[in-house]
Amino acid sequence: MLETQHIAANPETSSGQRNFISQKVNDFPPSGIRKFFDLTASMKEVISLGIGEPDFVTPWHIREAATYSLEKGYTMYTSNSGLLELRQELARYLELHYGVSYNPESEILITVGTSEGLDLTMRAILNPGEEIIIPDPHYVAYPADIILAGGVPIFVPVSEENNFAIKASDIEPRITKQTKAILIGYPANPTGAVIFKSELNNIARLAEKYDLLVISDEIYARLIYSVEHTCFSSLLGMKERTILIGGFSKSYAMTGWRIGYVAASRQFIQPMTKIHQYTMLCCPTMAQMAAIEALKRGESEVERMVQEYDRRRRVMLKRLNEIGLPCFESKGAFYAFPSIKTTGMTSEEFAERLLKEEKVAVVPGSAFGQCGEGFVRCCYATSLANIEEALERMGRFVRRKAP
Amino acid sequence: MEQVFEILEQNAKASPEQISTMVGIPASEVEKIIKQAEKDGTIVKYKTTINWAKLGKEEVWALIEVKIAPQRDLGFDAIAERIYQFPQVYSAYLVSGTYDLAVLVKGRNMREISSFVTEKLAPLERVQSTVTHFLLKRYKENGEIFQPSLENKRLAITP
Ligand SMILES: Cc1ncc(COP(=O)(O)O)c(C=O)c1O
Repeated sequence: MLETQHIAANPETSSGQRNFISQKVNDFPPSGIRKFFDLTASMKEVISLGIGEPDFVTPWHIREAATYSLEKGYTMYTSNSGLLELRQELARYLELHYGVSYNPESEILITVGTSEGLDLTMRAILNPGEEIIIPDPHYVAYPADIILAGGVPIFVPVSEENNFAIKASDIEPRITKQTKAILIGYPANPTGAVIFKSELNNIARLAEKYDLLVISDEIYARLIYSVEHTCFSSLLGMKERTILIGGFSKSYAMTGWRIGYVAASRQFIQPMTKIHQYTMLCCPTMAQMAAIEALKRGESEVERMVQEYDRRRRVMLKRLNEIGLPCFESKGAFYAFPSIKTTGMTSEEFAERLLKEEKVAVVPGSAFGQCGEGFVRCCYATSLANIEEALERMGRFVRRKAP
Repeated sequence: MEQVFEILEQNAKASPEQISTMVGIPASEVEKIIKQAEKDGTIVKYKTTINWAKLGKEEVWALIEVKIAPQRDLGFDAIAERIYQFPQVYSAYLVSGTYDLAVLVKGRNMREISSFVTEKLAPLERVQSTVTHFLLKRYKENGEIFQPSLENKRLAITP
């Protein structure tokens, strides 16, 4: 199923205990990112381009609103679905930015991050052995969420020639009787790729033709540069087939708050709420209060951060190409995904040696799936000074390795 | 074009090439915009924000509220000019509210500032009253917060 080697989480121990861990978890490959985390954390003065989160602190007015809610004593559970005011603000926001309308009473669920939204979706829709089609390379949690819910991830290679956007014509041959859904996430982690409306329309036609669901992880929707984002559920006839997942982590720099949402028609929100009410009960109240503030008054802060990311993006892309690591123009999220094939190293070798020799951390593309091999993920959510220094060091490294 | 100035305001050392990359217009164009702005006074000056306290340098600052009787035809401008021409005055603003001019002055010690107030500012014709507030601590200036930069709270690698 997954490409990484088998590592027992809890091998039979000398204490004579049997292995108490479930087979599924035992067989589960560890995250390819973990190893790099340990290695990087053990070193000093590393410039990290390996961090998948904003370098901005949550805007002050949002933090202040959360503090105020604590002072006022908002420390209790909320309704399972989340505060109604938050769902109403979200409905307004989705309508305003993407032209999609969801009923705040029955079609929106507030979750503990986009992460919970993904997990709930899989648990709500999958029977054992059913398949979900996902791009490769992909965000690290996609296959894990599918497998843990008893499903099978089916990988569709996405290629650099196509700017890392998935193609309906590559999806279609992989559809079987077991296929339940297509999971897409654009703008994408790890590539920074965006997808255009014309291709989304092709995917929509596939969904209709084979009666499939589309799970759309749009957490990076606001971090998009000089192009427009199309929300999948805004496509003709797609609202009923789309599970739209989003969050606050990236656009509002709120990763640590753990808040996100799912928007879908009632037939999906209801069963997901059922799972959520037993497993999570509700999203932290303080985070919900902060999210209301973010939606109500956070727009100028989002714009400020997006503008800053865009400047850094341009600098990083230009420098990568200059130092001999060709990179397609990523137009979303905060990642560049340069090819390292000319160096003759695997992405893991490249990342490890770059870290040891020049103290710059990047994430090997192979951590995001087989098709990520030959690339590394460089995140530009860090200061311009850091980007410039890191690229200087990478240039030195590449020149040294040149055949 | 605005973006060019926003970047320069944050970092006066940004080169036309760097700015060109950041905003996606040719470097020659950026250079032209900057030259023009320097000429027409859009760019007033390139300055550096220095935390003098770090060098242990003693400096005294005061914010002075000045009440003024405006002049016929000239309003506040003539008297404001008499005040802001003094080199001790670092910034001067006409403000709404219970006083008229807000004046930020800088001196080497308290005596320097008090003699400026008592000998120069207060005796000026049309200055009706002054209230002097000595600065005790600076937290933020020109958008920059004066505190040791927060160490990075992010983990080294995240998904
Ligand atoms: C594509 C993608 N989806 C989901 C997540 C998880 O986000 P959240 O913080 O909302 O759980 C991330 C975080 O890196 C991501 O990159």
